[in-house]
Amino acid sequence: MTTPAADLVPDLTELNDKIATDVATAQTLMQLDEVRVRYLGKNGQLTALLKSLGQLPADQRPAAGAAINQAKVTAQQLIDMRRAVLEEIALVARLNSEQVDVTLPGRGHTAGGLHPITRTLQRIEKLFVNAGFTIAEGPEVEDDYHNFAALNIPESHPARAMHDTFYFPDGRLLRTHTSPVQIRVMETQAPPLRIIAPGRVYRCDSDLTHTPMFHQVEGFLVDEQATFADLKGVLYDFLSQFFEQDDLQLRFRPSYFPFTEPSAEVDVQCVKCGGAGCRICKQTGWLEVLGCGMIYPEVFRSVGIDSERYLGYAFGMGVERLAMLRYGVDDLRLFFENDLRFLAQFA
Amino acid sequence: MRFSEAWLRDWIDPPIATAALAEQLTMAGLEVEAIDAVAPAFSGVVVGDVVSVAAHPDAAKLHLCQVAVGDGAPLPIVCGAANVAAGMKVALARVGAVLPGDVKIKKAKLRGVESHGMICSATELGLAESSSGILPLPDNATVGADVRAVLGLDDQAIELNLTPDRSDCLSIAGVAREVAVINGLTLTPPPIYAAVSPEHDRSWAVKLHAPAACPRYACRLIENLNPDAVTPLWLRERLRRSGLRAISPLVDVTNYVLLELGQPLHAFDAAKLAGAIQVRFARADEPLTLLNEQTVTLRPDTLVIADDSGAIALAGIMGGLTTAVTATTTSVLLESAFFAPAAIAGRARSYGLHTDASHRFERGVDAQLQMTALERATALLLSIAGGAPGPVVEVHSPTDLPVPPTITLRQQRIGQVLGVTLDAVTVVDILTRLGLTLTASVEIPPAPLLQRGEIGGGEFSWQVTVPSFRPDLQREVDVIAELGRIYGYNRIPVQRGRSATVTRATPEAAFDLNVARARLVTRGYHEVITYSFVNPTAQRALFPDQPVLALSNPISAELAEMRTSLWPGLMQAAQQNLTRQQGRVRIFETGLRFRLDSAGELQQEAMLAGLVTGSVLPEQWGVTAQAVDFYDAKSDVEAVLALTGAGWAADVDWQVADHAALHPGQSAQILRNGQLVGWLGMVHPRLAAQLELPPALYLFELALAALGDGRKPHFAPLSKYPSVRRDLAIVVDAGVAYADIVTSIRAAAGDWLRQLVIFDRYSGESIESTRKSLALGLILQSFSKTLADEESDALIARVLERLAHDVGAQVRG
Repeated sequence: MTTPAADLVPDLTELNDKIATDVATAQTLMQLDEVRVRYLGKNGQLTALLKSLGQLPADQRPAAGAAINQAKVTAQQLIDMRRAVLEEIALVARLNSEQVDVTLPGRGHTAGGLHPITRTLQRIEKLFVNAGFTIAEGPEVEDDYHNFAALNIPESHPARAMHDTFYFPDGRLLRTHTSPVQIRVMETQAPPLRIIAPGRVYRCDSDLTHTPMFHQVEGFLVDEQATFADLKGVLYDFLSQFFEQDDLQLRFRPSYFPFTEPSAEVDVQCVKCGGAGCRICKQTGWLEVLGCGMIYPEVFRSVGIDSERYLGYAFGMGVERLAMLRYGVDDLRLFFENDLRFLAQFA
Repeated sequence: MRFSEAWLRDWIDPPIATAALAEQLTMAGLEVEAIDAVAPAFSGVVVGDVVSVAAHPDAAKLHLCQVAVGDGAPLPIVCGAANVAAGMKVALARVGAVLPGDVKIKKAKLRGVESHGMICSATELGLAESSSGILPLPDNATVGADVRAVLGLDDQAIELNLTPDRSDCLSIAGVAREVAVINGLTLTPPPIYAAVSPEHDRSWAVKLHAPAACPRYACRLIENLNPDAVTPLWLRERLRRSGLRAISPLVDVTNYVLLELGQPLHAFDAAKLAGAIQVRFARADEPLTLLNEQTVTLRPDTLVIADDSGAIALAGIMGGLTTAVTATTTSVLLESAFFAPAAIAGRARSYGLHTDASHRFERGVDAQLQMTALERATALLLSIAGGAPGPVVEVHSPTDLPVPPTITLRQQRIGQVLGVTLDAVTVVDILTRLGLTLTASVEIPPAPLLQRGEIGGGEFSWQVTVPSFRPDLQREVDVIAELGRIYGYNRIPVQRGRSATVTRATPEAAFDLNVARARLVTRGYHEVITYSFVNPTAQRALFPDQPVLALSNPISAELAEMRTSLWPGLMQAAQQNLTRQQGRVRIFETGLRFRLDSAGELQQEAMLAGLVTGSVLPEQWGVTAQAVDFYDAKSDVEAVLALTGAGWAADVDWQVADHAALHPGQSAQILRNGQLVGWLGMVHPRLAAQLELPPALYLFELALAALGDGRKPHFAPLSKYPSVRRDLAIVVDAGVAYADIVTSIRAAAGDWLRQLVIFDRYSGESIESTRKSLALGLILQSFSKTLADEESDALIARVLERLAHDVGAQVRG
């Protein structure tokens, strides 16, 4: 039995099923939107039903309206849920399509590098600056006075023969060591002084183990208190930090420099074999790395510093030698061949 | 200094092995450079007594010898040496012996005759480079004894690398003295110093014309020497082990005494001398032919020994040829002199010479040693070659002889220098052992009170007298160094952080070269280090008009003059890398350049220079390779200039200028605040072709001094109003400089112009061939309001009007 009213209230079951099916079968957000327009749009079927409510008898309108609205809400919910799903699918698809090969190399400049000698110099400078030393520089074309005479190396001193000096016609020369910077600093600055002087030096010698130009770092301290024991302290600290070996063994061998007394050569326990003896240390277990001593009174006299009041120590080291030991470079000449394949190893 | 360990141990024999002895010497400052066996390993060689020598039946040159070896019957030995003789003691390698070079001696048949071993030469035993005949052994050698023991061959030659101050150790006596000190032993020299009584009274006249240079000259005439005498094997061996060759008894004896005592001697053939010995400075251009047959032209600063014929020896360096002893010499004048170091130093080298004598005299010989050495040499010579010695002639100038100084030594000062307190007993003990004599200024209490830790705060001082063999000890600190050396440097404590702190100001805006380096490195540059001396030809090609500083003694013609720029070195480095298939080269260097300015004064200026060629970026995917151009290089230079501080660009001008090394259309000089900083440009195509460099190669060089006084950052307020961007496309003549356009725009735009960018530059199709098109972006902003469209429009109109007026710009249609 059917009542007229019942006839007039639309049966939404079929429509609801149809909407559910359409939503579920929408494969893209665009299709889903078409579904939404089809049912909920301005001219959509559910919208049309709502518009047709006016044609119903007044007493049936509330029930019919409620049913249609319920259908709209349900449809909207289905669409929202389906949208979320489709959006997720779309995101996944996009992410998949945007995948890069993370193992491909990056683009742009690749860094070059510092020369290993500069690298070593910077490291030496840093360690001494941390210890309160200041960096000073001096000319490379020097006069005889600063390179020799003021350092207590008078004309025809046997030590001069060992220096293989490059000369210019006017009697000037290329400094054979960085020690003249000591003189130049002491001429212009008053103690206390704590200086290191890195730089190029030159000797007229060229073979497997000598290049006519190389680098030294000179260091010195002048103060009212300065002893050989203090000198040992500075060098122990420096060398153990440089080689990053806390228990690095050193030995101080008496030696001779005209501008220091007492003078010593400092050997470190071979950093390659740990003292057992190897090719690098010529089986001795020791490597000579620097020369040092207490500044000779005659040197103070030449710069007008009172050698009774002030004492000082000085030390000098060859940078190439330290770089070779540190980086395992086995041929001195490589440093000045500037082969990019060599240089790139220190980048 | 090279010597035989066994010889040293004849003088002083500490109870330690060779290695420990070497370690001691090294740690005392006498660095042992090498320890070599004096003979290679061999075994089975014994002293043989040649009983008889008969001719080999089938070989003219072979002898058939019977050699007694002590046990059993004499052995039949075939020997080819001409000097084999009956009664001779020889080194016999018995069957089973192994000679140097792993030569095994077996029973052998030589031309049908059996030989039970081999009589050895010095060469076969590894004792000489070459030898004629077999090695005769001393007549008193025990038959059957091992030759190694008889000759003392289990000995080491020790090579010392002595510092120039330790001339006292240039002898066995000196090293022995040192070993005694180190080991706390008493040195008892062998009894070699006895005076030899003259057997005739013929002396020789000696005139000292240069007493300051030669304060003592001693000599002695020895006559009736046996010219056929032979230097005994033991002496020859000691010379050999010390690196000297035996020559003749006369020469060998002088060399032996030089090694033993450290006093160089010279023997003149007395028959060839003409008149008195005169010690004087050479006359200018006086010729002298030396023992080594080299003829030198003397200078007046050179001390010579002369006779009436002229110079006959370079004093203290080398004798002359005309008066040299020879194989027939029977009468010699033996010289033992003291030459002052200052008179000898440098002279040998100035004539291209270096001798054992000059080495010692220029470092300082013991001024009291001459008579002893002369007596020693006489006695030794007489024992070998007989002869009749005359009286010793000694001429000396007491006032010119060095006087060993007396030095005041303060105990307190020892601690101030060494950083360790040495008690008085230790001080006296060490110095006394070293041969110094001490007089204490106050009486030192008995030893037990002076043990370390009780007294020793520096109460004492001494007057110290230095022995004549230590001319290196001149000052208090020299004596303190000796104390440190013998006490042991390694026993001195390690002390830290006692001196005053020194801090020096570093201006914040100072140019930091290390940061500049890092910037270039980030931009793909590698730092190089090239020699400061360069090839003159290459340098001339780059800087034809630049005066240079040339070395007097370059290491080679290619490294003959100081660089006036870092470019020659960079270009050479680039060239070498390009030949090693490195197509992309980006390098820089820092260092001094050496230029003579217009006044002829040398300027040593710190520079930063770079060279770049090849692609902008290293080869990679996703980027089209593009060769570097002017602007790529300019960007690198700008990155460095930017280190002079924010707003740096306002200080810098880029000006067109010509440079011989650079492409005239692609070179600029860089000025900062009107001062020339440096250059950037493309290598001149002609030069590139000449040096086989790629044409697209850019060079820059900056003087670091001109980059000082940088700008410290200074805050500028930020506008809170929005900015507007207006883009312009204009067309100007191709020759118009961008800088002029910028000036024009800035002048017209006024305060509102925040930023100006050029984002395109075009010439070619659709533009007149003499014109170029530029696209500019102006970012406008006011500090006081939001700019209205009309305000921006008006500003742009003013800009365009100004551009049209200043540089003939048209808006691109």
